Amino acid sequence: MRPSHPDAPAIEVRDLVKRYRDVEALKGVSFAVGRGELFGLLGPNGAGKTTLISILTGLVRRSAGRAEIFGLDVTRDYLTTRSLVGVVPQELVSDHFFTVRQALEFQSGYYGVRGNRDWMDHLLERLDLAAHADKRMHALSGGMKRRLLVAKALIHRPAVLVLDEPTAGVDVELRHGLWEFVREIHASGTTVLLTTHYIEEAERNCERIGILHEGRLAALDRTENLLSLLDERQVTLHLSEPVRTVPAGLARYGAALSPDGQRIALVVRGADGETGEFWASVQASGLKLRDVDIRRAGLEEVFLHLTGGRRGARPAAVART
Amino acid sequence: MTALSIPFRTLLRREVRRFLSVPTQTLFAPLVSSLLYMLIFGVSLGDRLAFRGVRYAEFLVPGLVMLGVLNHAFQNAASSIMISKFEGNIVELLVAPISYAEMTAAYMIGGVARGLLVGVATWAVCLPWSGALPRHPLFALAIALCAAASFALLGVLAAVWADRFEGISAVSTFGIVPLTYLGGVFHSVDALPPFWQAVSRLNPMLYMVDGLRYGFLGSSDVPPAASLSLDASLAAVLFLVALAVLRSGWRLRP
Repeated sequence: MRPSHPDAPAIEVRDLVKRYRDVEALKGVSFAVGRGELFGLLGPNGAGKTTLISILTGLVRRSAGRAEIFGLDVTRDYLTTRSLVGVVPQELVSDHFFTVRQALEFQSGYYGVRGNRDWMDHLLERLDLAAHADKRMHALSGGMKRRLLVAKALIHRPAVLVLDEPTAGVDVELRHGLWEFVREIHASGTTVLLTTHYIEEAERNCERIGILHEGRLAALDRTENLLSLLDERQVTLHLSEPVRTVPAGLARYGAALSPDGQRIALVVRGADGETGEFWASVQASGLKLRDVDIRRAGLEEVFLHLTGGRRGARPAAVART
Repeated sequence: MTALSIPFRTLLRREVRRFLSVPTQTLFAPLVSSLLYMLIFGVSLGDRLAFRGVRYAEFLVPGLVMLGVLNHAFQNAASSIMISKFEGNIVELLVAPISYAEMTAAYMIGGVARGLLVGVATWAVCLPWSGALPRHPLFALAIALCAAASFALLGVLAAVWADRFEGISAVSTFGIVPLTYLGGVFHSVDALPPFWQAVSRLNPMLYMVDGLRYGFLGSSDVPPAASLSLDASLAAVLFLVALAVLRSGWRLRP
C-alpha cells in the first residue's frame, strides 16, 4: 500500500500528550521522522518512549495532539497507517498453539498479504530461523523469539519499521546480527524508528536522535551535532615516575591524581586551540609520561548531561529538526 | 475492505485451527461429559419418564446439545483472547490493520464453529440411546447459530474485561452455568410451579434451549418464532456491544 500524502514525513507527532490517570507520560512532544531515515529515540526508563511508539502503532490512545504516519492520522486512518508500519515490541511474545512458519503466515494474513512464501523463507534464512520453522514457538529460546518478532514485523514489507528496545536482553553476537539486518532493511529504503537502552548502538547507527526526558523532548538533532554538544575529551596521563601532587598548571583541567600517584585524569573542553594549550601545559609541567589515554565524550555523556543524570548538571533543551 | 478480507479470513482461520489443534480439550472432553449425562439421566430415567410425549432420553438430547454449544462457543472466544493476552501475542493483532467489525466477527464465528461442532458431536454420541432426530433441522440450526453467536460474543466481552483466567471462570461458573442449567436443559418449564415458570421466562437461555427442543421434538413451551426472534435479537445486540467495546479500546488499549 502506498502512502497517500506524498510530501508528508514518514512519522510526525505534534504536541502529543498522554495522561494515565494522574500521570502525564507525554507532555506535548513534537518531532518528525523523514522518509528513509534511521531515527533513534533515547531516554531513561519512564521517559515516555514506549508510550510514544505505542500511540503511533495503535496500542495506546493519545490524550491530545497529533500522531501521523505519512500524513495519515493513526486513529482516523488506522487501517492504512497500521498496514504501513511493522512493530517489534519490547516484550517477547509467544503463541504455544502454532509453529514459527504458521505464526508468520498468520501475521502476513493480518496485513492482507498472501503468496509471499519467498520473502518468508528469506526472512527465516536471514534471521537464522529456517532450521526452527516447524518448531512451536514455546520451544524457541529468547534470542530466537526476538528474531521471530523482527521477522513478523517485516513480513508485510512495511514502509516504517518500529523497534522498541530490539536488543534488550540479547547476547552480543545476536545484537550485532540484528543491527546488521536493521541496517540492511534501512538501506533498502525503510524508515526505522527505534528506542534502545544501548546508547552506543544509537550513536553508531542512528542518523538523528531524539532524547525524551520526563515526557518532553530534551534534544533532537543529528547524531554528530548532539555529540558536539559536549566538546570534551577525557584524558588519562600514565606517569613513569609517580608524583605526590598535581602540577599547578594542570589544576584548571579538573585534574585528579590516582592514590598511587601514577595516573592523572583530566577533562579537556573546548576547541582545538584549547587542546593545544593543554598539551603545552603538560609539557611545561615536567611530568614524565609512560602512556596517554584520550577518549572523546560520547552520546552517553551527552545523554546524561541533557537528562540531568550527571551530578551537578542541569538538563538542557536542544532541538533542531 | 469487504467482510471477507484477508485479515478477517486469517483471524478466523487462526481461531478455528487453534481449537482444532487441541481436540482433547476442546472436543473430546465435552463429549465425555455429555455421554455421562446421557448414561446417568437419559438411560436410567429414559423409559420411566416422559415429557411432551417423548422418552426422557430423547427429551434430554436438545438440552445437552445446547449446553455444549453455549459453553464451548463462550470458552472458545474467551480462552483465545485470554491466552493471547497472557502470552502477549494480542499485541500483534491490536497493531494489525484489521477492522474492529472484522475482529468481532472472526472471534464470534470461531466460537460458533466450535460450539456447533461440539453440539453436533454431542447429538451424535447420544444418538444410540436417544434416537433423537431433528424434526425441524433448519430451525434447530438457526437457533443454535444465534445462541452460539451470543455466547461467543459474551466470551469476547468477558475476556476483554478479565485480567486473569479467574475472571473468565467466575463469569462462567456464577453466570452462564446456572442460567443454562435453569434454562431447561434437564427439565420442561411446564413442570415448574407458576412462580418459577415466570422467573424462568426472564432467563434468555430458556428460549435457546426451548427453541432447539422445538427443532428436535416439534413441540415447545414457548412459541418457536418468539424464541428465534429473541435469540437473534440478543446476538445482534451483543455484536454491537462487543464491536463498541473493541472500538473503544476499553481494557485493551490504555
